[in-house]
Amino acid sequence: MLFLVFALLPVLASLIMSVTDMRATDLRTPLSVNFVGLDNFTRLFSDDLFLRSALNTLVFVVVGVPLTIVAALAAANGLNSGLIRFRAVFRVGFYLPVVTSIVAIAVIWRFLLDPEAGLVDNLLALVGIDGPNWLGDTRTSLASIIVMAAWRNFGSLMVIFLAALQGIPNDLYEAATLDGAGRWAQFRRITLPLMRPALLFGAVITGIGYLQLFEEPLVMTQGGPLSSTLSVSYHIYNQFGFGNYGYAAAASYVLFVAIVALSVLQFRLLGSRDD
Amino acid sequence: MTKDRIAKISLYAVLCAGLLVVVGPFVWMLLSSFKPESEIRSVPPTWWPSTWTFANYRDLFDRLDFPQYFANSAIVAVLVTLGNLLFCSLLGYALAKLDFPGRKALFLTVLGMLMVPGMVTFVPQFVLVSNLGLANSYAGLVLPFLAGPFGVFLMRQFLLAIPDDLIEAARVDGAGEWRIFWRVVLPLCKPALATLGILTFLSSWNNFLWPLVVATTDDKYTLPVALALYAIGQNRIYYGLLLAGAVVVVVPVLIVFLALQRHFMRGIATTGLK
Repeated sequence: MLFLVFALLPVLASLIMSVTDMRATDLRTPLSVNFVGLDNFTRLFSDDLFLRSALNTLVFVVVGVPLTIVAALAAANGLNSGLIRFRAVFRVGFYLPVVTSIVAIAVIWRFLLDPEAGLVDNLLALVGIDGPNWLGDTRTSLASIIVMAAWRNFGSLMVIFLAALQGIPNDLYEAATLDGAGRWAQFRRITLPLMRPALLFGAVITGIGYLQLFEEPLVMTQGGPLSSTLSVSYHIYNQFGFGNYGYAAAASYVLFVAIVALSVLQFRLLGSRDD
Repeated sequence: MTKDRIAKISLYAVLCAGLLVVVGPFVWMLLSSFKPESEIRSVPPTWWPSTWTFANYRDLFDRLDFPQYFANSAIVAVLVTLGNLLFCSLLGYALAKLDFPGRKALFLTVLGMLMVPGMVTFVPQFVLVSNLGLANSYAGLVLPFLAGPFGVFLMRQFLLAIPDDLIEAARVDGAGEWRIFWRVVLPLCKPALATLGILTFLSSWNNFLWPLVVATTDDKYTLPVALALYAIGQNRIYYGLLLAGAVVVVVPVLIVFLALQRHFMRGIATTGLK
């Protein structure tokens, strides 16, 4: 029961709140709010900040998910190809960022990317490149956060992909080698098709996670500069902070629908095509 | 032969470079947290601290009340973990082994809830918790997380593999349902409970959005909340203090992870989720 009260109820309550004008002042009397129909939703889609945050989040997902998957795939293949010694060390090392707090990681990266004291720009200076102000420039701020997210998350996909790779029978590769197929051909014709379920799964959970981007911009850029890193979740949180509960609930429902839609879309695109 | 050797060496080189990129920032964080602020800001940066100092940590504990945040994080994480171990195994057992009307619907609900993000539920949850008078209390921090769909799913999947005969045998011997659960089912679940316990503890330790919303005064902040609010609340950033704070958040987790990483990998393997 407790489980249902705290888990299912809010999902429905959120939907109900999204069609009311509930504000922080109604906190003690949540039943006395007015029904406003779809007003919150029409307001949302004419709210420039919301549209900006939706665009940023979309870019984050569309660029970030493939980047993470490619990095994870490369790491998994590297660890799977005949290299037996130290595999556990690499696996644990690559997985390390996954288990650590995003807030702490955002703090570390804010320091690494600092234009003066940061390690990244100082390393670039060694090879004569004048590094940009990564988080302070609208052209690089979102890209920096995307790369950082891929850095943090590829480890978890790598473990899943590694398990999938180890499930592919070796005979297939031996037969392909006898037939004269090169490594790249084997990867494309054997590895990728057989890994499709794992890839699909990875794409879906990474997509769901990335759509909720929140802690990184909060800690690193506060959504700036000029809203270039404002995400939908961050916008919801801000609206909640301003006391606009109904409005925040409406925005969160749009996010929820986007998450479901993305998952369905990925199942369609990557799901089994042969049946 | 030589071609194979070259391939192998270059593979090692690439993997080591990758490892450096992934682990390097953590090493850098640890080293820098022992440098005085002036050295942290020096250009070019020093790799090894030229003067070792504990000043950043002293400030954390004297000026910022980190022991309190640390205690809050630990209390919340322990309670949430115990709650999940109990409630998720109960519900998982019911879903896997007991026949009752609506079982399938309940399971589908659990599966569906796996997809619902915290962002969707936190506003009404906050209204609920506030009206229960639990805002800014340990109860408010803990209660919504005592059971989660992930834990229920994990326990159900594990329990499905336990043979029905064992439970039937206990029933024939006259054991009641509670006795069966405590004496027969739970002892068999030890590996799954270990996995669930570790995963829950870490996700609670790292949890951010809910404590950020519910904890409104300093004395209820958890570590990530305190760190994030400090990071965004300052006009001039003191990296030394921030990095020392990050070390305090990260190091306990790393110790738990490195000591128990086998359970992690198994948890991912059995459920496909982290």
